Amino acid sequence: MHEYSIVEALLARVDEEARARGASAVHRLTVRIGELSGVEIDLLTAAYATFRERTICAHADLDVKPVPAVWGCPECGGAIARGAVLRCRDCGVPARLIGGDEILLDRIEMEVP
Amino acid sequence: MCDTCGCGDPEVVPVDVHDTILAGNNRTAAHNRDHFRERGVVAINLMGSPGAGKTAILEATARLVAGREGPPSTGRRLGALAGDLATDHDADRLQAAGIAAKSITTGSACHLDAAMVHRGLHDFPWRELDYLFIENVGNLVCPAVYDLGQEANVVALSVTEGTDKPLKYPVMFLKADLVLITKIDLLPHLPEIRIEAIADALARVMPRPAFLPVSARTGAGMDGWIDWLARVPRPRPASAAEAHAGHHQ
Repeated sequence: MHEYSIVEALLARVDEEARARGASAVHRLTVRIGELSGVEIDLLTAAYATFRERTICAHADLDVKPVPAVWGCPECGGAIARGAVLRCRDCGVPARLIGGDEILLDRIEMEVP
Repeated sequence: MCDTCGCGDPEVVPVDVHDTILAGNNRTAAHNRDHFRERGVVAINLMGSPGAGKTAILEATARLVAGREGPPSTGRRLGALAGDLATDHDADRLQAAGIAAKSITTGSACHLDAAMVHRGLHDFPWRELDYLFIENVGNLVCPAVYDLGQEANVVALSVTEGTDKPLKYPVMFLKADLVLITKIDLLPHLPEIRIEAIADALARVMPRPAFLPVSARTGAGMDGWIDWLARVPRPRPASAAEAHAGHHQ
């Protein structure tokens, strides 16, 4: 359940950004979570619902954008199917993860005086 | 203040951050990595399920390194920080095997993070080491997410865990630089387990699958592991060593 510690880091970062701008409240957070990030979105949202209390995010929605895992060949750019051996059949080179390992804070919507 | 109509209401503004949520951990990990590189210490993050044989591998490594004559790059001074929820048992075992060892008792935390490792370095003679093994909490999920400042990630996967663990826990194996397939002395009792099937599963989650079948009990395959350790690159610190040296003296 490392999602709790991810939420702690998220709330600390948001608090820092909000203080720097003198925000009085936060309305919405947008995060991107990759399929291969090791973070479970359901657990993340449950942890957020618990830990946001008594923080500047107490009434802020958490908008989670899931990012699917995408593997490709770094040489020819060809796609490598899910579950396949992670090597390009044509070029013989190891696949590259193009997307899907993100644990990103994208945007904070905050109320400024 | 709202400057659209002058009503005096507060204004909601979007602030784009586009940064990893774990930026704080990553900064501490980079700091740890600088320390290790300045001192020429190769840090290895050893992960795996509870009971995969992480501690036994380190005990066997100590026995082999102690008995091995080789070039200085083989490394002779081993140390370990052992992450454990509630006990010091692993660190006690490692001490008995001749490894300088210290526990990081995590309480309820299911993984080590960079700050725990940094605190673990205090009062620990890590500067004298060639290799610092960071034995993570037994868990195939959470530890994979946290950079600790290591040079390499090694995952212990025992043959008793079945052949499809890599497919079930892809993130852990995706992050691995090497997988040690442990307890191969048990294979005669496990007719349904084939190393080829584990290798196939690894190739579907690791772009550069690297694995070594080993037995800590019999020593089979362990020479390959010691050779692998000797080949781990020892990069120079990323930041200016001069500026950082002495920071934690």
